[in-house]
Amino acid sequence: MGLIMVNPLLRIEGLHTYFSTEDGIVKAVNGLDLTLAEGETLGLVGESGCGKSVTALSIMRLVQQPAGRIVRGRIFFEDNDLAGLTDEEMRHIRGNRISMIFQEPMTSLNPVFKIGNQIAETYQLHQGIRHREALQRSVKILAKVGIPDPAKRINEYPHQMSGGMRQRVMIAMALACNPDVIIADEPTTALDVTIQSQILDLMNQLKLDFGASILLITHDLGVVAEMAQRVAVMYAGKIVEQARVADLFAEPKHPYTLGLMASIPKLDEPVPPDRILQTIPGVVPNLRNLPPGCAFQDRCIRGFERCFKEDPLIVNLGSDHQVRCWLYAE
Amino acid sequence: MPNDNLLIIEGLKKYFQIGKGFLGRKADTVKAVDGVDLTVRKGETLGLVGESGCGKSTLGNCILRLEEPTAGSVFFENRNVLALDDKSMRKLRRNMQIIFQDPYSSLNPRKTVGQIIGEAFRIHGLLTPEQRRERIRELLSVVGLMPEHIHRYAHEFSGGQRQRICISRALALNPKLIIADEPVSALDVSVQAQILNLLVRLQNKFDLTYIFISHDLSVVRHISDRIAVMYLGKIVELAPFQELYRRPLHPYTESLLAAVPLANPLIRRKRVPLTGDVPSPINPPANCRFHPRCSYRNRICSREIPTLDEIESGHHVACFFPRNGG
Repeated sequence: MGLIMVNPLLRIEGLHTYFSTEDGIVKAVNGLDLTLAEGETLGLVGESGCGKSVTALSIMRLVQQPAGRIVRGRIFFEDNDLAGLTDEEMRHIRGNRISMIFQEPMTSLNPVFKIGNQIAETYQLHQGIRHREALQRSVKILAKVGIPDPAKRINEYPHQMSGGMRQRVMIAMALACNPDVIIADEPTTALDVTIQSQILDLMNQLKLDFGASILLITHDLGVVAEMAQRVAVMYAGKIVEQARVADLFAEPKHPYTLGLMASIPKLDEPVPPDRILQTIPGVVPNLRNLPPGCAFQDRCIRGFERCFKEDPLIVNLGSDHQVRCWLYAE
Repeated sequence: MPNDNLLIIEGLKKYFQIGKGFLGRKADTVKAVDGVDLTVRKGETLGLVGESGCGKSTLGNCILRLEEPTAGSVFFENRNVLALDDKSMRKLRRNMQIIFQDPYSSLNPRKTVGQIIGEAFRIHGLLTPEQRRERIRELLSVVGLMPEHIHRYAHEFSGGQRQRICISRALALNPKLIIADEPVSALDVSVQAQILNLLVRLQNKFDLTYIFISHDLSVVRHISDRIAVMYLGKIVELAPFQELYRRPLHPYTESLLAAVPLANPLIRRKRVPLTGDVPSPINPPANCRFHPRCSYRNRICSREIPTLDEIESGHHVACFFPRNGG
């Protein structure tokens, strides 16, 4: 392990976030360990319902209560347990030290307020400055995220902007207070591919300029390969594999990671003559009623007896590569 | 050989009037599809790619006359689809079906799977009730569902299973052509692969012809024989799938391909920067519609309209300065 791992900026230990519903308890996050080092981009990959967004909401303490609740586990930010903070203290961190970019900029911006006022609010809340100065700063930050003619655009409403521009506004808002951590939840999923590439380039540039760490949540392995230094693969509420990006793509170990990689059509590889992709059989398990043992057991082509009985432990494969699978246990 | 062509589209246009002319103000026109010529061969998969608003879905809808085209013609097996009356059109629709993107909104929540699929037989007055049930059960197993699912409702299925129901509905009348409009875009990666494989297997089994509409360039390349790239209502490039990806000739195709993030951290490509947003189709740039965003533009691009020409065997491009020495 490198030096940076000794003092990660963000450290999640044994996080369990559950939701109670009429049909039982949904174990959305079910024992998650994760660290985010200073200045790194960590990709958190998984399919719908694997718990990646709930992980983000748990960090921000935005899990919808009372239905959802962090049942166990701790989230350390600079060695302070976020769970132990008062609402007031948490408000000081949220949007200020840790900020978030959501997938759908149309629903995350308020349609009845001008762009400038929405960004200015962040400054006014966290830095206690007057509205006029806050607006001036908003113009500056909009220029930084590549919005042309920002002094004019601050007077526009979200619906007057394109999807790409709205996402730039979201990014400007997230950057406003120069946060230490940015959680980006599918920041480019709603965008067209050429706009996505503009936004990804912008995020990389701004990361260099602002020095923030990014937790990048996505279902797109391509986005992770281009953006992240490390990647964590999530399945049914747990991290099943974690490694440096180069290692994970070169030598994926967990059968789920392997299956995921095989099932996407790749532009940099020849199309198979029969046009058939390898697939992961079956569907994701019901999070209300997880079987004993490994959650991937019934879809795994290499499962054996132990997988149906015991929950796999984390196995260290060296050089910062971890996998939660009995195949690799001694 | 004209007999190899299942569908011939000529000069197809679809304009939408927006903001009705009010107090003498002129209404705006959105030129969603603006002069498309395209031929679909029997048994092939023709991919149709482009970004949101380029008109790819409208083109699909116009072929089936789910929207009435403003101008142009569509020949299906040498019959002009646009000239048919309602009755003949209904008959023809047996041969042409569509699968939509969102399997949640394209299935009636108040009907059972059996009723949803059986509706096709009811409308066309085919088969006895007994035969219908038999055929529906058969269709369900063809798409990888269980015959006993016939009595269930859509909400009882996952997204992937719902898309299978939509596919079985499309197959019910043994169509020749299926237009698949973003059929896997709403699905998770692992489910997407299952549905793509299903579409490929069905094509082989039933000799289907597909028009596969998608914004996802990797998926389109995987499934298509030929690919047409659309930009602001026009086709800018058309080529066999390997050709398009190996040697994109249109600057837009080049940028589009370079913008796709590759799931391979070892590959660092030169991006072809594409600045700005897609212009509004209400007032698209004159002449070459791509010229304001194009890094290779010249004076002629804003003065004349480039035509879609076959500049290599099977490779068509609408550009005055094709890339890669085309």
